[in-house]
Amino acid sequence: MATTALEHAPPDTHAATGLWSWITTVDHKRIGILYGASAFLFFLLGGIEALVIRWQLMAPNQTIVGPETYNQLFTMHGTTMIFLGVMPLSAMFFNFMIPLQLGARDVAFPRLNAFSYWVFLAGGLLLNVSWLFRAAPDGGWFGYANLTTRQFSPGMNIDFWTVGLQILGIASLAAALNFFVTVINLRAPGMKMMHLPMFVWMSFITQILLLLAFPIITVALVLLMIDRTFGTHFFVPSGGGDPVLWQHLFWFFGHPEVYILILPAFGIVSEILPVFSRKPLFGYAAMVFSGAFIAFVGFGVWAHHMFATGMGPFADAFFSLATMIIAIPTGVKIFNWIGTVWGGRVEYKTPMLFALGFIAMFIMGGLSGVMHSSPPADLQQTDTYFIVAHFHYVLFGGSIFGITGGAYYWWPKMFGKLLDEGLGKLHFWLMLIGFNLTFFPMHIVGLNGMPRRVYTYSAESNFELLNRLETWGSLLLGLAFVVFLWNIIRTTRSSQAPAPADPWNGATLEWSIPSPPQEFNFPKVPQVHGRDALWEMKRERGGSLPEPQRVDGRGIHLPNPSFRPFIAATGVLITLGGFIGGSHLWVHLAGLAVLLYGIFSWAFEPTG
Amino acid sequence: MPHPIRRRLPAYAPVLTLALLALATACSPDQYPQTTLNPRADFARQADDVFRTTLWLAAGVFVLVEGALLLAMWKFRNRPGAADPVQTHGNTTVEIVWTIIPAVILAMIAVPTVQTIFRTATRPGPDALQVEVIGHQWWWEFRYPQLGITTASELRVPVGRTVNLEMTTIDVIHSFWVPAFAGKRDVFPNRFNDLWFKAEVEGNFPGQCAEFCGIQHGRMAYRIVAVSGESFDAWAGGFNAPPRDFSADPAASALVKQGQALFTAKGCIGCHSMYPALPLIGPNLHHVGSRSHVAAGTMVNTDENLAKWIQHPQAWKQGVLMPELGLSDDEVHAVVAYLRANQ
Repeated sequence: MATTALEHAPPDTHAATGLWSWITTVDHKRIGILYGASAFLFFLLGGIEALVIRWQLMAPNQTIVGPETYNQLFTMHGTTMIFLGVMPLSAMFFNFMIPLQLGARDVAFPRLNAFSYWVFLAGGLLLNVSWLFRAAPDGGWFGYANLTTRQFSPGMNIDFWTVGLQILGIASLAAALNFFVTVINLRAPGMKMMHLPMFVWMSFITQILLLLAFPIITVALVLLMIDRTFGTHFFVPSGGGDPVLWQHLFWFFGHPEVYILILPAFGIVSEILPVFSRKPLFGYAAMVFSGAFIAFVGFGVWAHHMFATGMGPFADAFFSLATMIIAIPTGVKIFNWIGTVWGGRVEYKTPMLFALGFIAMFIMGGLSGVMHSSPPADLQQTDTYFIVAHFHYVLFGGSIFGITGGAYYWWPKMFGKLLDEGLGKLHFWLMLIGFNLTFFPMHIVGLNGMPRRVYTYSAESNFELLNRLETWGSLLLGLAFVVFLWNIIRTTRSSQAPAPADPWNGATLEWSIPSPPQEFNFPKVPQVHGRDALWEMKRERGGSLPEPQRVDGRGIHLPNPSFRPFIAATGVLITLGGFIGGSHLWVHLAGLAVLLYGIFSWAFEPTG
Repeated sequence: MPHPIRRRLPAYAPVLTLALLALATACSPDQYPQTTLNPRADFARQADDVFRTTLWLAAGVFVLVEGALLLAMWKFRNRPGAADPVQTHGNTTVEIVWTIIPAVILAMIAVPTVQTIFRTATRPGPDALQVEVIGHQWWWEFRYPQLGITTASELRVPVGRTVNLEMTTIDVIHSFWVPAFAGKRDVFPNRFNDLWFKAEVEGNFPGQCAEFCGIQHGRMAYRIVAVSGESFDAWAGGFNAPPRDFSADPAASALVKQGQALFTAKGCIGCHSMYPALPLIGPNLHHVGSRSHVAAGTMVNTDENLAKWIQHPQAWKQGVLMPELGLSDDEVHAVVAYLRANQ
């Protein structure tokens, strides 16, 4: 690459404040913060939707919301938590932490990274704008055809869903390619794949899952969209289409998606546990291979979501056994985490509490998962609250506990201030108790016959007591997040001394640079010789390193800010948005014009 | 001096005891008519056997693994002056052992699972009672081809005889589920799925659609009534008779006669057949007066509930095909009397 004076412009000239600096940023750390802030707002929205659901179900035959609204609420709760909550919260850590843990100055394609974020935001906003039209998606996060075909869902509701998810898919695919290449190409000198921090490993496997799974859902969504828009018959039985095809396509994506949601959290707790146990991760290689094995076999279990469709005994047996096999590497992971704590010197700081809570809750979600891997038992459990309990133990007890632990762990690195420990512990205990009070009774009420996705239940069914407990639990959960918000606000406003570079005696490279890091991350790219690179450096220096100083980054090559990714993302939104309520040719064309302008001007803009 | 035992009991003890009792009762399946934990037919019993195997194994694993976690957390907590831990990286023997143990436990679940899958996949013999089950948004239709009977929202079956359900839907995907008798089976348009079971005891059991099927998925329920073989035959014989015409019946009250006239005049008859062998677009109402529930199994069949349903179907079940007919209180009263007379 030619080196010109322009490319060596000092990074200090990049504006660091103001709206425009955020719109044009290509700094992986700022993009990470954008992901985190947007995802947290969407997450709170999804939480409010959940609270309304719980309010409606507190007693039999309630009419807090009508059936129409209820169906929109549970559809948007699921869609929001999965695509706009957990996935982008993980993306926040991918963005902020993967380059830092690799010892890199940015991701492989910084402007593509900005593009991913803006496309994600566009998809999230489009999905939620539907509320303003009183037409929020109402076909469930799984969107089963033929209920979602135009005949049975004539409104714009499902259009918002198919279009919104396609846009989010573009964001996910672009981001996944970016992080995949980043991990392959931008590791610090000497950092072999088997030296990668476990968070990077699990994130790397997640990117592979995203790259393989998202094309499938995209195909399914395109087929459904053109069924709805142009009257094709892919899923329309009267035209020879097959609604079961939708289920296969959806779950071929949908099951790997479960691992997309949980593997980053596996990675986060695998970072936290060693640091607060003061000893390395137990069985590193087994952790890597079990993660890879889970991801690989995860593509061969999709039809366990479909035992009730009557696939026949051979398919049932195959998908059942494949599902059970996944329990083995998952068990290995849990034992290795306990093995990491065993023999350590455990410090009960807030991140560690969440990591330990993660293990305790994930064990329960895993065990209930094994229980419905058996089709005869699953035929009674599927589509009941037993399943709702199961996947909340995995995705809330698992992913959200892990991500929250990660937030407390990395907060000082991201924002330069330590979150309050007292409030953090209060947050943890409220969340642990509220979580179990909300979701444990769902096992019982599900086994006793309460189906999912019902907007009410009869008094005769006797489900009231357990539902009341769940609703009270959900209030405690809400309170836990109020405490978290309060902690964030208080910490941000406080005049506490800036966090040191390495407040937890960390093992990985992100703790070797000031908090928050400077734009170029590493003044000098570190040389790595093994795992736990920072612990290794500290041992070599006899225990601790001097506090790193902020330096003048003059001469460090960094990409220029650009607003072109934002333009291109706007083009994507307009082009696909033209499919809401039928196909609008002029909207598509206008969107394509914006998109092409964005991409071409981006292509010919100097990178910096 | 206070009693030593009483002194030890804190003030909240009675409250705590009551709460624990309430929780224990809440966990008992007998409390829940729609429970999956009290199987009353062979299919459900086989599913329950597998479930109990998985439950106890899972409970054992739960106690051991959570116990190990808590033990590690307690034993290795940071204490002042504690030495730096030994920097172990793993232990191959231990890791192999804890890979094999879960595999063995899973095999204990896998073997009965596969056996049960194939056992429940066999077809029932030709002497089974055939029932065609048709899902509608949002009610279930049942046809007995061997008997020439059509009914809705209440499936009557004989105890001790295998019932074979051939199931489909006229609109979207639904899922047929009566937990006491069998697991779920989805129904698809243009396709027949089957399910069989043999009821073990008499009784009236609730069932409910288990696949999300639109705005009123929550109110798409039904009942299965299991009766003795003789009682079933008697019911089938009597059911096959054409509907009673009350207009010329001197024993019928004027109210019933008025109700029958209204049933025709207000157009109810356009959707609801009173003939046992004639299916129409809405639920068949032959013998509706003797059903335990109305409105797709969501209301107990009392006169008040029936009146509430007929007068304002959209209030109870927004989006249902049945329109608001604007019947006066007196007219509703008469129609209810007529439907009640159809025993």
